[in-house]
Amino acid sequence: MSENRIAVAKTYKLYIGGAFPRSESGRSYPVVDAKGAFLANAAQGSRKDARDAVGAARKAFAGWSGATAYNRGQVLFRVAEVLEGRREQFIAEVAACEGVTVKKAQSLVDAAIDRWVWYAGWTDKVATVLGASNPVAGPYFSFSVPEPTGVVAVLAPQQSSLLGLISVVAPVIATGNTAVVVTSQDRPLPAVTLSEVLATSDLPGGVVNVLTGRTAEIAPWLASHADVNALDLTGAPESTRADLERAAAGTVKRVLRARPSEDFTREPDLARLRAFLEMKTVWHPIGV
Amino acid sequence: MAAPSTTPSLPPALADAVRDDASLRRFLHGLPGVDQVGVEQRAAGLGTRSIKKASKLWAIDTAIGMVDLTTLEGADTPGKVRSLAAKARRPDPDNPDVPKVAAVCVYPDMVETAVQELRGTGIDIASVATAFPSGRSSLKVKLEDTAYAVDAGATEIDMVIDRGAFLSGRYGQVFDEIVQVKHACGDAYLKVILETGELATYDNVRRASWLGLLAGGDFIKTSTGKVSPAATLPVTHVMLQAVRDWHTQTGELRGVKPAGGIRTTKDAIKYLVAVHEVAGPEWLTPTLFRFGASTLLNDLLMQRRTQLAGHYSGPDYVTVD
Repeated sequence: MSENRIAVAKTYKLYIGGAFPRSESGRSYPVVDAKGAFLANAAQGSRKDARDAVGAARKAFAGWSGATAYNRGQVLFRVAEVLEGRREQFIAEVAACEGVTVKKAQSLVDAAIDRWVWYAGWTDKVATVLGASNPVAGPYFSFSVPEPTGVVAVLAPQQSSLLGLISVVAPVIATGNTAVVVTSQDRPLPAVTLSEVLATSDLPGGVVNVLTGRTAEIAPWLASHADVNALDLTGAPESTRADLERAAAGTVKRVLRARPSEDFTREPDLARLRAFLEMKTVWHPIGV
Repeated sequence: MAAPSTTPSLPPALADAVRDDASLRRFLHGLPGVDQVGVEQRAAGLGTRSIKKASKLWAIDTAIGMVDLTTLEGADTPGKVRSLAAKARRPDPDNPDVPKVAAVCVYPDMVETAVQELRGTGIDIASVATAFPSGRSSLKVKLEDTAYAVDAGATEIDMVIDRGAFLSGRYGQVFDEIVQVKHACGDAYLKVILETGELATYDNVRRASWLGLLAGGDFIKTSTGKVSPAATLPVTHVMLQAVRDWHTQTGELRGVKPAGGIRTTKDAIKYLVAVHEVAGPEWLTPTLFRFGASTLLNDLLMQRRTQLAGHYSGPDYVTVD
């Protein structure tokens, strides 16, 4: 029976504003495994999909950044719970996409889920660690608090399809930003599954928007988009990075440059949390 | 029934229609029924037309020039009206070549402020009147309301019809009210708000459109913006057909103003396509077609910037209100 069964060929869609629309362009492209065998079709996002995703992220920003840090932590932890439930699917996809052994894939998926939990824990701690009460010469109580930058366009790493993806997305939303993520071009399946996880956990629609497709095609539109506040260049093709930075400068975006051959299996630090935070300093008169 | 003041020489069929109450009713109920499925399908079909590049830029600029920039809030202040007037004069300060809007639309007590701000700019000052938005008051109050706005300097009056009277079939009463308000307007343009969201059927929209035209309204306007649904494409189609037919029968050009619920450039362009296809290209001018809107202008400006700059713009680059 099972040998005769016809396989269900999947054609995945984008994840924008909590819904799964097809690409506005109607395009899709085949995704193959490390050996070149067909895995599934993924939607090939266009500039208009990027525009819609930015709109959805902007709409979600007020609610997500306004939620208490405690609440954001709870939501992200819930996402980790659902990630755990999809563990087997992630392992299969990571093994196929990255061409690693199942054992290696298991350790990558475990690390990815742990990484998500690690960032979930930071939501209500980051303000105490990065914020400060500043000693000033005058009758003022001066304090600095970190605030989210806004809509962040994330170009996810091309090689590390799940661990790398989670390492760049989790810190962005943990601090209250909303994200438009362009997935790894050739290894998008774990990202698609992640979007299914996000849609079925408590994360409000639009906080994370996932675009699959050609990074080099979508990235310039995000870099120049006036309603995007920051840009993570981690997965940008080497040859396009300078142009993207230049385009981003047109609207004075915060740009996180790609680190050369970043190893995502290493323990993370606060750098990615800090990258998309802005410090607000308040002077409050005292002593009256 | 009072005689309409602006249409001295109606063709015999129409002159007969306004002779008395019974003939008005006979005329309005004798209008052909609207094919609901047909008009909705045609509206949806025309809405799919793709307008790109130079045509899109032209459409955006044309639409900006047709906007009645509106603020009709209980919380309106002179300061808010002044900032609205500043935006009407120069919608996008970074791009001085953006055309100014057609008019500013305010409550009667804000007309004076708007007049001061817009003197000499060529921008009209529209004021809602006649117990806006419900239209439920005595004729005396409605005429006073109109006179108040006109005396303060309003050049256009947006009146609401009494939907209660219309729906219970007292067409003569509605007709008389419009005629008298038109008389009270003097030189000011009169826009007749039908509030199509409360009229329930396209047949009623057609009847109300003809009623407004027969009574001398210079514009027929869909809605107050206070009732949902406000303007829709099919309803605007029916109204555009009415002004088109009016033109065919009398040679006069009357305008249409959809208001409420038009928020995006895409929507606005769909309306322009409808104007071109249903009424005709001569209606593509601010004297014959207007958008009653407040948020639409920002989206038009953002799209204009996107077209010219080659990258997407954002709400941070236009004024909040």
